[in-house]
Amino acid sequence: MSAFLARVRGSGATIAFLLPMLLIFGLFSWWPIVRSVVMSMQQTNLVTPAEFVGLDNFREVLADPLLTTAVQNTVWFAVLALVIGYPVPLMLAVVMSDVRRARGLYSMLAYLPVVIPPAVAVLLWRFFYDAEETGVFNTILGWFGLGPVPWLEDPSWAMPSLVIEATWAAAGGTVIIYLAALVSVPPELYDAAEVDGAGILRKVWHVTLPHLRGIMLITLILQIIGTAQVFLEPYLFTDGGPDNATLTVLLLVYNYAFANTTGGDYGKATALSLMLAAALALLSMVYFRLTRRWSE
Amino acid sequence: MRNHRQRRLTALATIASLATVSLLATACGSDDKDSESDGKVHITVEGWRPGDEQGTIDAVNKQAEAFMKDNPDIVVKPIEWEWNAETFSTQLAGNQLPTTFRVPFTDTKGLAERQQIADVTEYVNALPYAEDFNPSVLAAAQGTDGKIYGLPTDVYGVGLHYNRDLFEQAGLDPDQPPTTWDEVRQDADKIAEATGKAGYVQMSANNTGGWMLTTLTYALGGRMESEDGATASIDNDATREGLQLLHDMKWDDESMGKNTNFEWGTINEAFAAGKIGMYMSGSDVYNALVTTNQIDPDSYGLAALPLAESGDAGILGGGSVAAVSAKASAEEQEAAVKWNDFYRERKNYDPDAAVADAKVLAETDQPIGTPTLPIFDEETWQKVEDAKAEYVNVPRDQMTSFTEGVFEQTLIPEPASHTQEVYGILDSIVQKVLTDEGADIDALLADGNDQVQALLGS
Repeated sequence: MSAFLARVRGSGATIAFLLPMLLIFGLFSWWPIVRSVVMSMQQTNLVTPAEFVGLDNFREVLADPLLTTAVQNTVWFAVLALVIGYPVPLMLAVVMSDVRRARGLYSMLAYLPVVIPPAVAVLLWRFFYDAEETGVFNTILGWFGLGPVPWLEDPSWAMPSLVIEATWAAAGGTVIIYLAALVSVPPELYDAAEVDGAGILRKVWHVTLPHLRGIMLITLILQIIGTAQVFLEPYLFTDGGPDNATLTVLLLVYNYAFANTTGGDYGKATALSLMLAAALALLSMVYFRLTRRWSE
Repeated sequence: MRNHRQRRLTALATIASLATVSLLATACGSDDKDSESDGKVHITVEGWRPGDEQGTIDAVNKQAEAFMKDNPDIVVKPIEWEWNAETFSTQLAGNQLPTTFRVPFTDTKGLAERQQIADVTEYVNALPYAEDFNPSVLAAAQGTDGKIYGLPTDVYGVGLHYNRDLFEQAGLDPDQPPTTWDEVRQDADKIAEATGKAGYVQMSANNTGGWMLTTLTYALGGRMESEDGATASIDNDATREGLQLLHDMKWDDESMGKNTNFEWGTINEAFAAGKIGMYMSGSDVYNALVTTNQIDPDSYGLAALPLAESGDAGILGGGSVAAVSAKASAEEQEAAVKWNDFYRERKNYDPDAAVADAKVLAETDQPIGTPTLPIFDEETWQKVEDAKAEYVNVPRDQMTSFTEGVFEQTLIPEPASHTQEVYGILDSIVQKVLTDEGADIDALLADGNDQVQALLGS
């Protein structure tokens, strides 16, 4: 008995330190998730009493034509973000790691956009994206003889515009991560490569990138998960427009929940959220299984 | 050295604490507001919009003080609040609404049906002017059960707002605003060519696209729904004509500018900044242009909305209902109705109250005299207008086209059923026409009609 108590006392300290974290997580993360699962099976607007409807919400969401649009747009955003947004921090980090002096200054400049509150950044860029010839970006393009771009007003330009701003806003954080990893590359490897006659590009391809492989795989899946949940840019820039060209899955969830003035449909909103979470979890599992041998 | 047993214990403890937390969270409901123990009735009221200047805040606080002097057993606290389609329903669910607030005419019946706003019939009937309401205006504040759910205020008709400076720069006479839609199109074209700014712009986002398309439809003699709200009629000639006009102005004349994604707040902003020649909005929008957007009064003009020759043509009319939260106690409801009477309604009925209100507004540099429409009868309205004439500080002579023309125009209420949702469906039709030159208007209207009919049928 006393041996048991001795072990409990030992664990007591552990539990005491864990408790605040458990309470906060429980109240603000796990409890809402449990509530969401329950709500996804109810017809509720949080105002009139809720009623259980089983899987009806899921069926309604799957039958909604806007869901197809939202999924397509989200995938398109993710693809654009991979093409534009994934290489940029990498290139910046590689360039910055070569710089000897004032690296701190460049790091700060790279990180500055991350520090600007997202809503402020978006509203600022919305002003820059004015489609008239007198808009800031169109004026700059005009100096090079390039025509005014419709930016946010044209369905085919709207999503790329969002991705450009999102890249600018988020690149800094990833740059810092890559920089830290790059510092860990032994300089002897670069010397050896130079002796073998490698130029800059081959040094990067054969020395730098293999060392960053582990980190890059992690940032890739994090980026995919992050872009799948994009909400701020479509909401603040164009509110899903023009003509649903920037409607993403999370914006659709938001519209289900809040767009009806006399009481939103929280059942459908939580149902869609759960489906998105399940899809992303599945994607992550497949991803880690496939890349297991690469990240060793 | 951690062994298996100790690890299991920690795991058990973790699960136990998680379960406790979840149970606690279930047990905690929302706290009811504690009733104050000083014997007075406390109500919070809608005071000013986010972004309003200090003068507006001072004005309402002054009024609150005056009210509390007359009613020592009521405490009124004005707060910052704005009706916003997205936040309203969440505030409702989270009990965060002020005791009394305004909702658009379009939402009153829905809220009354869901018992979210209180039935205040007895308190309204206690007011001296209860019998004198214009019946069609009072109808907007009544539920389908015929009970009264608030006081109708801020009744507006849609007018054509125009920038006098841009008119002059384009060689047009600012005192002769367009009177037909053909003239609107020509003037917009001239403004765009002479100044490079958008000649005519129409809202298209956040349900305001549907609101404005409905306005255009009414002006051309059509309707969006049957009067009983059971049948959709999106697919009508007037709407088709209106969309074709927008298409031609945007793509052929290029007089609508390159930006199209406007809603109520952003179009006001662009207009006040001198980027727009003409646009449609409620006749009372000048107040917001002054308090929120600091418009230059000399550049502002208000014209009566051009109407088609058809006998069915009219202007869209709307307004707000000063409603009371259903969670308010009986005393709070009575106090709220008294406040709404004092602050919002009395000045539309009683010339002395109008003068008192005007004095307060004058002291805090607020706009006085923006055109509104009668809530009672035209005679009462005229008496009140005459009484406060000396305080009017808005450029009324730049609005004569509206003030003289509006009484000849028929006021048509917004569609009766699922209004905001119908507007949402119409939004996407307007956006398609304005962003896609090859948009098939007939197909869009047919499809929109199906969607709205499905909505009305549900």
